[in-house]
Amino acid sequence: MKTVTINPVTRLEGHGKISIFLNDEGNVENAYFQVPELRGFEKFCEGRPVEEMPDITSRICGVCPEAHHIASTKALDAVFHVEPPPAAKKLRELLYSAFFVADHITHFYVLAGPDFVMGPTAPKAERNILGVIAKVGLEVGSSVIKHRSDALDIIAAIGGKRIHPSCGVPGGVSKPITEDERNKIEAISKSEVEFAKFTMKLFDDIVLKNKDYVNLITSDTHATETYCMGTLDEQNRVNFYDGKIRVVDPEGKEFAKYPPADYQQYISEHVEPWTYLKFPYLKKIGWKGLIGGKDSGVYKATPLARLNVAEGMATPIAKAEYKRIYETLGHKPVHSTLATHWARLIELVYAAERMLELSQDSEITSPNVRTIPTAIPDEGVGAVEAPRGTLIHHYKTDAKGMVKGVNLIVATTNNHAAISMSIKQAAEGVIKKGEVSDGILNVVEMAFRAYDPCYACATHTLPGQMPLHIKIFSKNGAVIRDIRRP
Amino acid sequence: MTKTKIAFNWASSCGGCEIAIFELGTKLIDLANKVDIVFWPAILDYKYSDLEAIPDGAIDVAFVNGAIQNSENEHLAKLLRAKSKLLVAFGSCACLGGIPALANTTSRDQIFASSYIETSTTDNPEKTLPQTKLQAREGELTIPEFYNTVKTLDQVVDVDYYVPGCPPVGEQVSKVISQFVEGVLPPKGAVLGASDKSLCHECKRVRTDRKIAKIIRTYQTLPDPQKCLLEQGIICMGPATRGGCGSICLDANMPCRGCYGPLPKAIDQGGKMLSALSSIFDAQSEEDIQRLADSVVDPVGTFYRFGLARSLLRRTKP
Repeated sequence: MKTVTINPVTRLEGHGKISIFLNDEGNVENAYFQVPELRGFEKFCEGRPVEEMPDITSRICGVCPEAHHIASTKALDAVFHVEPPPAAKKLRELLYSAFFVADHITHFYVLAGPDFVMGPTAPKAERNILGVIAKVGLEVGSSVIKHRSDALDIIAAIGGKRIHPSCGVPGGVSKPITEDERNKIEAISKSEVEFAKFTMKLFDDIVLKNKDYVNLITSDTHATETYCMGTLDEQNRVNFYDGKIRVVDPEGKEFAKYPPADYQQYISEHVEPWTYLKFPYLKKIGWKGLIGGKDSGVYKATPLARLNVAEGMATPIAKAEYKRIYETLGHKPVHSTLATHWARLIELVYAAERMLELSQDSEITSPNVRTIPTAIPDEGVGAVEAPRGTLIHHYKTDAKGMVKGVNLIVATTNNHAAISMSIKQAAEGVIKKGEVSDGILNVVEMAFRAYDPCYACATHTLPGQMPLHIKIFSKNGAVIRDIRRP
Repeated sequence: MTKTKIAFNWASSCGGCEIAIFELGTKLIDLANKVDIVFWPAILDYKYSDLEAIPDGAIDVAFVNGAIQNSENEHLAKLLRAKSKLLVAFGSCACLGGIPALANTTSRDQIFASSYIETSTTDNPEKTLPQTKLQAREGELTIPEFYNTVKTLDQVVDVDYYVPGCPPVGEQVSKVISQFVEGVLPPKGAVLGASDKSLCHECKRVRTDRKIAKIIRTYQTLPDPQKCLLEQGIICMGPATRGGCGSICLDANMPCRGCYGPLPKAIDQGGKMLSALSSIFDAQSEEDIQRLADSVVDPVGTFYRFGLARSLLRRTKP
C-alpha cells in the first residue's frame, strides 16, 4: 500500500499532517488529518482563581484571543451570578464586533479571496494577496491593512491591548470609554461599514456577475451535508455575542435550540488515538464516524452554518444580503463549501453595521460598567460565536472561586470531523489509480480554506497560500513522487 | 551586499507572536524587501526539508516563539540552532515558558486523563489516548511525543538574545528587527525590546508609599484608575516585571500579570514579587506575615503566570 503524506501542513499552529493511504488499485483507501499538538489548558487551569481565566484562556489562541476572552468573561458572569450593567455588555459586544471585522477582512482578502479575485485557474504565483493587490490596485491593499488595523485600535481602546485584551471581569468590563474615544470609534465604524460594502460589491462584480463562478458555487462537489450550528437572538437572527444555540438538520429542519448552559445535553466529544484533537458531535444522534447525513452526529459551525440556522440578520444591509444569497442559490440550507466565503462577507457587513450601532448608542460611554459580584461563586458556562464556530467555556469552582474543573469546546474543533471529511473527499477526487494530480494542492487547500481553520491563524498574512508539500512513498519507503506548491 | 537571512518558527504557542510580527503591517512589506526570509512556515512556502537543506550557520538570525512542549518543538529548535548564527527567543513562551508552562503544575498523565477521559462532554468508554505511533489498518500513523515538563527555548538549545512579552508590543518588535538588520547588537544573552527597569517606572499611576492591610482580588473591587493598584491591595506584578510594554494593562485598569518577565539580575520573578509584597504589607507580627502569605490564593499561578519554566521551581509536581 502506498502512503501519501502531507507534512507539515503549515498554519496549524505551525504543525499539522495529512496521511493518505492508497489501496492496491492506487485509489484512496483512507485519509487521516492529524493534529499533533496539545497544551492542556483544561487541566492546568485547575487551582487558578477563576477571575484570572479571561487572561489565561485568551492564550489558547493569539489570532482569536477576543473570542476566548469574551466567552471566558461571560462564564465568569455565570460563575458569580452577576449581571453586567447594560453599557458593559455593549462595550464587550462592540469590542467583539470589531474583532469580527478584523478577522473576516483578513480572511477574505488574504486567504480566501485570491481564489475568486484571481480565479481558481489563475497561475499559482498570482493567486495570493499580492496578486489581488496587483489586480484591484495598491490603494485597496493599503485600505485592507488600514481597516484591519483600525479595528484593532478599537479592541485596544476598550480592551487595553491589541493582542490578548485584558478588560474582562465578572459583572462587566474593567473601564468605561470616554466621549473622545467614542468619537474615534464611531468614525472608524463608519469607515468599516463603507469598506464592508465595498468588499461585498467587489465580490459581486468579480464572483456573482461571473456565471462560471456561480456555477462553481452551486455545483460544488465538495458539499458535505451535515447538521449546522449557530447562535441566534430572540428573533432567530445571527448573533455573535449572545443568544440561544440552534441546530438544524441537513434539510434545514430545527433539531435543537438551547441556552448555551445546556450544551452538555447536546454535545459529546469522540477521541481517536492518532490525533491530539477531539471530534465533537451531536450527542443525541451519536458518533458514527467521519460521515455526513442525518444519521451522523457530525455538524458544521461556520459562517454558512450560522446563516443556515438563522432566519435573517439584524442590521439593514446584512439583512438584504442574507435574502440575496438564498434567492441566488435557490435553496436553504446551502451546503456548498465555497458559499461559506459569501456567508463570511455577509457577516462582515453585519459586524461593521453592529459596530456603528453600538458606537452611536447613548449608553456606550456610561461610567457604570461593572457590577461587583456578591454571590458565592460555583459554576458557569459562557459562550460566543467565534469566527470559526460556537465557542464554549465551562468552569466549576469552590466557594472561594478557585477553579475545580474546566471544559472547553473550542470553535474550530466543532468542524474537525467536517474538515477531515472534506480532505478525504478532496483526496479521492484527485488521486485515481495511483495517479496523483498536481491539483491535489489546490483541492486540499480549498477544502481547508472554506473553514478558515484557526490553526490557519497567522495565515491571515502574506502571501496567503496554504503551502503544501506532498510526498508519495512506495511500500518500501522510497520517495516516488514529490509535489510542492511553487 | 548580501541580504540578512532571517528565519521565523513557532513551537508551543498561541500564534499571537506571529500576529505581533504581522502587526508591522506595511513595515513588514519593507522588511521583506530588505532581508531574505528563508523559513517561516506560518507564512511562506518553505518546509522542514528546505530547512534541513540549508548549510549549518547559513541563516543570520532565527526568531523562535513558543515553549518546548513536545518532541517536534525540540527537534525544530535544534535544527534551527544548527542552521543559524544567532538564535532569538521571541515572546514570553520561548523566553520563560509562558502560559503553556502552567502545565508544569500538573503532569502529562493528568493532562491526558483530563482532556481525553474526564471532561464532561468526552465520551470515551474505551479510555483511548493519543499514541505517538499507531498501526492503523492502512499503515503507520505518527504524532509527536507530548512532554511531561514544558521547557524554555534555552533549556534545549543555546540562545543568543531574548525578546519578552505576551506578545511583544508592536513598536518593540519593529525596533528589535531593525537592530538585527542593521547589525547593531549588545553582548550575547541580552534582553531586547524591553526596559531594564521595572514596569512601575513607566506606570502612570500615583504612588504614595501607602501600606496595605490585606490583599483584594480583582473581582472584589472597583479600583481607582489613578492610583497604584498594589497600594489598593490588588496584586500587580509591576515591581517584579520588566517594563517596555507601555503599561497597557494598567491603562485598562487591570493589574500587570508579569508577561515581560523578571528584572535584570533578578534570578526569580516570584521571589522578587514576594519581597515587593512584604515591603508594602503593613506587617506588625509574624501572624501578619502569615496572613499575607495566606491571602495570595494562587502563589504559583500569580507569581509565575508566565515564568514557571524559567523560575527556580521549574515545576511544582515531580
